[in-house]
Amino acid sequence: MEILIPILTAAVRSGTPILYATLGEIVTEKGGILNLGLEGIMLLGAYAGFAVSYSTGNAWLGIAAAFFVGTLLGLVHAFICVTLKGNQVVSGLAMTMFGTGASSLLGRNFVGFTIPGLNKIPVPLLSDIPVIGPVLFNHDALIYCSYALVFFLCWFFNSTRQGLYLRATGDNPRAADAMGISVAKTRYFYTMVGAGIVAVGGAYMSVAYTKMWAEHMTAGRGWIAVALVIFAIWNPARAAFGAYLFGGVEAFQLRLQAAGTTIPAPILMMLPYLMTIGVLLFISIKKGKGIVFGAPASLGLPFFREERD
Amino acid sequence: MDARAPSKPLVRMEKITKRFTGVTANLDVDFDVRPGEVHALLGENGAGKSTLMNILYGLYRPDSGVLTIEGKDVSFSSPRDAIASGIGMVHQHFMLIPSQTVWENMILGLEGLSSVLPKRAIRERILELSSRYGLSVDPDAKIWQLSIGEQQRVAILQMLYRRAKILVLDEPTAVLTPQEAEHLFVTVRQMTSEGHGIVFISHKMDEVMGLSHRVTILRKGRLVGTVDTASTTKEKLAEMMIGQKMIFSIEKKELQPGKPVIECASVCALGDRGIPAVSRATFMIREQEILGVAGVAGNGQQELCETLVGLRKVESGAIRVNNEELTNSIPKTFIDKGIHYIPADRKGTGLVPNMNVSENSILKRYWSRAVSKKGFIDWKEVFSFARGLVSRYNVSTPSMETPVRNLSGGNLQKLMLGRELSDSPIAILAVHPTWGLDVAATKFVREQLLAAREAGCAVLLVSEDLDELLAMSDRLAVMCKGEIMGILDSPAETPVEAIGLMMAGTPAEEALASAPRGGGKS
Ligand SMILES: Nc1ncnc2c1ncn2[C@@H]1O[C@H](COP(=O)(O)OP(=O)(O)OP(=O)(O)O)[C@@H](O)[C@H]1O
Ligand SMILES: [Mg+2]
Repeated sequence: MEILIPILTAAVRSGTPILYATLGEIVTEKGGILNLGLEGIMLLGAYAGFAVSYSTGNAWLGIAAAFFVGTLLGLVHAFICVTLKGNQVVSGLAMTMFGTGASSLLGRNFVGFTIPGLNKIPVPLLSDIPVIGPVLFNHDALIYCSYALVFFLCWFFNSTRQGLYLRATGDNPRAADAMGISVAKTRYFYTMVGAGIVAVGGAYMSVAYTKMWAEHMTAGRGWIAVALVIFAIWNPARAAFGAYLFGGVEAFQLRLQAAGTTIPAPILMMLPYLMTIGVLLFISIKKGKGIVFGAPASLGLPFFREERD
Repeated sequence: MDARAPSKPLVRMEKITKRFTGVTANLDVDFDVRPGEVHALLGENGAGKSTLMNILYGLYRPDSGVLTIEGKDVSFSSPRDAIASGIGMVHQHFMLIPSQTVWENMILGLEGLSSVLPKRAIRERILELSSRYGLSVDPDAKIWQLSIGEQQRVAILQMLYRRAKILVLDEPTAVLTPQEAEHLFVTVRQMTSEGHGIVFISHKMDEVMGLSHRVTILRKGRLVGTVDTASTTKEKLAEMMIGQKMIFSIEKKELQPGKPVIECASVCALGDRGIPAVSRATFMIREQEILGVAGVAGNGQQELCETLVGLRKVESGAIRVNNEELTNSIPKTFIDKGIHYIPADRKGTGLVPNMNVSENSILKRYWSRAVSKKGFIDWKEVFSFARGLVSRYNVSTPSMETPVRNLSGGNLQKLMLGRELSDSPIAILAVHPTWGLDVAATKFVREQLLAAREAGCAVLLVSEDLDELLAMSDRLAVMCKGEIMGILDSPAETPVEAIGLMMAGTPAEEALASAPRGGGKS
């Protein structure tokens, strides 16, 4: 138990960027827009978060800046996919390439710098609970925000009017449109908000997790998030499970490396990615009989009102 | 109905024109709806009925023309505006969200609801409306769990929930059983008595004659005329519709069935959701005969046909074609043996919507020598083959390169029928082949199936239209909940009540014993 607590605690910490990215992508995809630009958006979010935190000395301003940059990237994606009715996959991939390149370029001057970043704030009372306390309630505030976001999104999708309209738009935009929902407005809004949340995931990497800037620091987490969305069947709670699983294996392999095992480091570094995909694949195959509800039926398809289908 | 003075129209459409690439769907069409009336809209497939109503509902923007609602000029930029003006529409293909519940579908797009949904209030209003108009639904059921008839009730309730004053019903009865249709008419009458205006689109002349006050006829996008129903006849309407006289009856030759072509022994299969859909189906279809399959849609007819062409796994039992065991063979084997399939789902299983007419016409024979040379497609052959199909089966299409998604329902069906019949099949499985077709196209399809039978084909005809089944079938199987309740050897002499009872799950002997003897339809 004693050895487990630090690993579980680290699991939550290193799972959080992926959790934000996955939640953001779920928000986007629920409306029927596929955004494969997560990796790029996370990197630019990480950069913006770090740069603004560094220059203002306020980590929260950094987070806000990251969210704002994310919504701008979401706006571009929405413009291409909704207004121009372009190919969503191509637009997303372009976003990834752009974000990767731009963040490296912009971040050149910040390499090697560190910031104080976000501090740990133990939650009074809750953090005293054995095991659960240190694992879940002895973190920075952005982690607590992510818990809240998971609960909020579950509630939002299932119990609110806007959540219902969002799901309708992603499932059957033709029907949503015929019932008077504005498909374009809905898709724009949630693509922007979703991308903003993704960018906060990136900012968590630089502002809270490592408290520094490094090129390509998200190291493929954006892609893991894309996969997680599917395995989580667009369910925020399952997304949290997947993200912490990744974080757990990551923490475990770091500890193994530190302990100096004979297993080559690259193999250990592959572990979190392999395990997450493996476990979730296993779960979805077991559950996969019949129709999987949750997948927005019109995901990735542009909507043309006057076109027949 | 005659007590109505010609009151001010609720809605008036003047000189409406709408063009799509290659077709003029509406040209200078005038149309109006008065309070308390049922205004029927008639026309062949592709005449432009749905287009005109989609314009009224704000889905399409007209190229020109004027729309007035209760005397005021309006211009709709989206269905939202139309809904706000009191216009509701139940579409030919329902626009519901399958994964959501009835009550969730009910409030889609509604303004002025609190963000946290007042489920109880919504449910109460649904129940109140459904009892007032006789549209019973379970507010908590998911749409995908509902039958087509129930889904339609949801779609109508959606509009009533929005207090629609004008309700457009686009071919509402095409997918309903006779009982469900009767039920719908009661609802429609209730609505007109409250002053609603109803637009009713249907290809079934008897319904139009029985339900409507006025009829407007469109032909090839143009207005032919508007007449009072009381002063016209079925035959006159049909003539206005197709521009020539039309004989409704079809001729069926007496034929002696030959040897069995398809034999099914205790076939069981699962539905899409893993629940048993077909249980112990045992029957055969012989050369030169039509075996009708009656039953309410969703009772395993579709799944049964899919097992017979290799599209669905047979869990137990055996399928034999010309004495050869083919259980669970791949679809290509069935096609090579000459078993052809006309699915109900024309744009899903039958044709590829985004591919063009000529490509679709060779989908099932791309490997045959006629259209391919050394593995390459011989496009010249393909075009001449497609042109042949199109002219022999009267498919009206702007060109051979038109994607089939732009064809109207009747023309899709003709194209598919042509493709399936052109390979001289030994058996045809036709599922709802006349769904949504106009009178002329319906007659055409029926004649083609009868011609196939005369040519020695074994035909399985799944339909919900009992009149069609009684007119076409040599024998009639009745299905309920995946089971064949009985196979009638002389369906035309069986009382309709008995067939109705069997459709509801009564075994054949019991049903025949309890229904009064006597010939044919009662
Ligand atoms: N969105 C569209 N894009 C291109 N062509 C279209 C479109 N909608 C309709 N059309 C064409 O316009 C014509 C009229 O179609 P419409 O659907 O209004 O016919 P309809 O009278 O409702 O026929 P049906 O009885 O088969 O439903 C057809 O030729 C059709 O192919
Ligand atoms: Mg139509």
